[in-house]
Amino acid sequence: MDLHFGDSKPTDEERAAVDALLGPPESAWEAPAGEWVDRSADDLRWARGGRPARDRRDLLLPGLHAINDRVGWISDGALDYLCRRLTVPPAEAYGVATFYAMFSVRPRPATVLHVCTDLACAAHGAAEVCAGIEQRLGAGSGVHIERSPCLGLCERAPAALAVRAGDPVRTAVAAPATVESAVLAATSPDSADEEPPASLAVPQAGDPSLVLLSRVGVVDPASLDDYRAEGGYTALRRAFDIGPAQVIREVTDAGLVGRGGAAFPTGRKWQATASQPDHPHYVVCNADESEPGTFKDRVIMEGDPYSLIESMTIAGYAVGAHHGYLYLRGEYPRALARLEHAIAQARSRGLLGDDVMGQGYAFDIEIRRGAGAYICGEETALFNSIEGFRGEPRSKPPFPVEKGLFGKPTAENNVETLVNVLPILTMGAQAYAAIGTQKSTGPKLFCVSGSVARPGIYELPFGATLGELLELAGPPEKLRAVLLGGAAGGFVRADELDIPLTFEGTREAGTTLGSGVVLALDDTVPLPRILLRIAEFFRDESCGQCVPCRVGTVRQEEALTRLLERAGAEAEDDIALLREVGRAMRDASICGLGQTAWNAVESAIDRLGAYA
Amino acid sequence: MTTAESPVRGGAPAARHSTAVPLAPPRRLLEFTIDDEPVRVPEGSTILDACRAQGKDIPTLCQGDTLTPKNACRVCMVEVEGSRTLVPACSRRAEAGMTVHTDTERARHSRKIVLELLASSVDLSTTPRAAEWLKEYDAKPDRFGPQAARLNEEPKVDNDLYVRDYDKCILCYKCVDACGDQWQNTFAISVAGRGFDARIAVEHDAPLTDSACVYCGNCIEVCPTGALSFKSEFDMRAAGTWDESKQSETTTVCAYCGVGCNLTLHVQDNEIVKVTSPHDNPVTHGNLCIKGRFGYQHVQNRE
Repeated sequence: MDLHFGDSKPTDEERAAVDALLGPPESAWEAPAGEWVDRSADDLRWARGGRPARDRRDLLLPGLHAINDRVGWISDGALDYLCRRLTVPPAEAYGVATFYAMFSVRPRPATVLHVCTDLACAAHGAAEVCAGIEQRLGAGSGVHIERSPCLGLCERAPAALAVRAGDPVRTAVAAPATVESAVLAATSPDSADEEPPASLAVPQAGDPSLVLLSRVGVVDPASLDDYRAEGGYTALRRAFDIGPAQVIREVTDAGLVGRGGAAFPTGRKWQATASQPDHPHYVVCNADESEPGTFKDRVIMEGDPYSLIESMTIAGYAVGAHHGYLYLRGEYPRALARLEHAIAQARSRGLLGDDVMGQGYAFDIEIRRGAGAYICGEETALFNSIEGFRGEPRSKPPFPVEKGLFGKPTAENNVETLVNVLPILTMGAQAYAAIGTQKSTGPKLFCVSGSVARPGIYELPFGATLGELLELAGPPEKLRAVLLGGAAGGFVRADELDIPLTFEGTREAGTTLGSGVVLALDDTVPLPRILLRIAEFFRDESCGQCVPCRVGTVRQEEALTRLLERAGAEAEDDIALLREVGRAMRDASICGLGQTAWNAVESAIDRLGAYA
Repeated sequence: MTTAESPVRGGAPAARHSTAVPLAPPRRLLEFTIDDEPVRVPEGSTILDACRAQGKDIPTLCQGDTLTPKNACRVCMVEVEGSRTLVPACSRRAEAGMTVHTDTERARHSRKIVLELLASSVDLSTTPRAAEWLKEYDAKPDRFGPQAARLNEEPKVDNDLYVRDYDKCILCYKCVDACGDQWQNTFAISVAGRGFDARIAVEHDAPLTDSACVYCGNCIEVCPTGALSFKSEFDMRAAGTWDESKQSETTTVCAYCGVGCNLTLHVQDNEIVKVTSPHDNPVTHGNLCIKGRFGYQHVQNRE
């Protein structure tokens, strides 16, 4: 490969940002274009690039973050310099940089204010807040306003996140956001109000019956000692006692299935990964929680970060991995800070590293930040993203257990699934399986938002009904509908609250649990507008790789825009069109994003009689 | 891809190439059924290979005979029993015992909609067979209305050799693969942006002349829609003088160096109008360099 890097130069700041990540250039050949003056005798015997540099392709995304964090956008010179250091072709890096919503390759102000306009926030007046902010922070204010998809702060909707580039980058969250608090967060992130503790997102906090959320609000998320005092690391100790094969057996016997939406048996996934002859094996934690209305993983990571570190270590031990990647969505600065701290603490206390707990097992975790792309929550798109490619899904087969991250056997689980492993090991598979129903075992987290009195994360054993859950959260007086499972899920009617919240129960009722979203809508919420917002979301988040999704989501949005003004007989043509396109999207798209993009709209038409 | 690994089309695997190339080791045959008929194909064949060996015509756009299947266009979808979704025939390997249906209502519906989505968003006028398929599947791209979003890109004419007309681009990724690690290893182009706004671009979305492009033209060779074309073809089409029925094709050997690449000269009115290369040539597989692809003016210089 003979790479061409162009002659645009980085600024000193951009160069410093890249060097802070990669270290100073080892040779004048790696220096920015045109700066050959300091060439030493060694440089004449130095081969640029080659395998060592190309093997670091996975540092492309962290490199783009480094530049974007420091400067606020990614210039030609900065991108070329990063490419030169990593021997990545600039065209490919440009393709990657333009893929993510949080990066810009055009100049923009150092401060970006992401104002959430997604489902839960829309139901809480995000549109007015956004308009107010735009009025206050017009041109010349030095703030770039971005209308953003779900920021995962649904319990405090409406929400805004300010990111100010610099060294270090500063962030501030305004939620619930008013025009004043959002403007303050953007113009003076250091003096913005501190976020409330994560436990405030858990209305049941302190309830002794909680299993997964038992430590949220009880322990100091920064204190490893607190975590250990509350039973932390007993599960890992038990794992070491019984050995990897028995850990997998326990997880299998417990009947744990993935909580990310696909409900795949976790034990089977681990077993399949562990038994692959190809090495190394990897463990990947999918913390790219971007489904509108979902915020449970954030609350766990913010309120009980060590539990995730411990669970990932157990997963790594079980499948024979020595390296774990924690792929965290870019919009979660507080979760990032807490996890970074927790990993450093665990490392310094011998709970991560070459010899975990003195058991001769080596395991470490690397955090990778996403940069604003819902699609990167798809398991194979996530691998591409970590590897430094565009976050486009791969076609399956081969499945990740066979060829996953870096083409190696990989077990990928989301945050909620992983933390379920702790009670499985501490209470034993039998006791765990006794919670819930026969086919849906264990406790389950639900993200309740929208028109309820006490939005937040609720933990209930599988089998509770939708009505019981809403009762806990304080349902609205006039409930119109509930969106179950997020934008990729489906609506159910207000008279269907006896649906049991289990995988089999929701399936029987023709809907899905999805990622555990329960978004209640009262009769003041304009349904056609919500449906249009869902369509906008999918159009915006489609990676564009396959035709049914890339064009289908656009045609869906166009039809729903027309339907804002239409109903009854006038709506029939567009509904027929939606059905035909939706069916092809479900049948022919490469990944779950395109396959589910029509679910919620279809359910609103069929179950709620939208546009009737 | 070496010849030994190239997908073998059905029936007679060994006889396709001369003995100058090493023969692939014998491969096991798999048995499965396509449209209720039993078929036997060598292990590693795709469903599309098997269908073609059976004489079944399945539309494909992003599939390329010299490239790893990308399965991005989704027009070759077939139904495989036991699969929740339809399956791309071009990339899914045949498995023993598989039951494939190529012409069900579900598969036809999906192809029809995908063709409609494509034809309503890009210009398929120079895509071979597109008109035929639109007719066969009764696709009506106009039904999305006059307001339906289209690419509406202006052709990029920034050099004398070739034109990028992204209004015709279906994002099949073939040019990216040919320019990248599958053939040319120049990595001058990639997909930039996301979703409907995704476009093929060089670094920084610059003109081609400021990019890493080495003008091998291998991207033109694999482009299925005419989004990439010779400047000569583009100009003649604009002038209304492009006429394939008046063209003859002559395959010869490139005279520039000793490798011996095959060139197919497309000649209209005694002028070379473009140069391609046979894909079944075991040396080049259809790839050329700038000289072979574009350096033909001296042939017709009558001065």
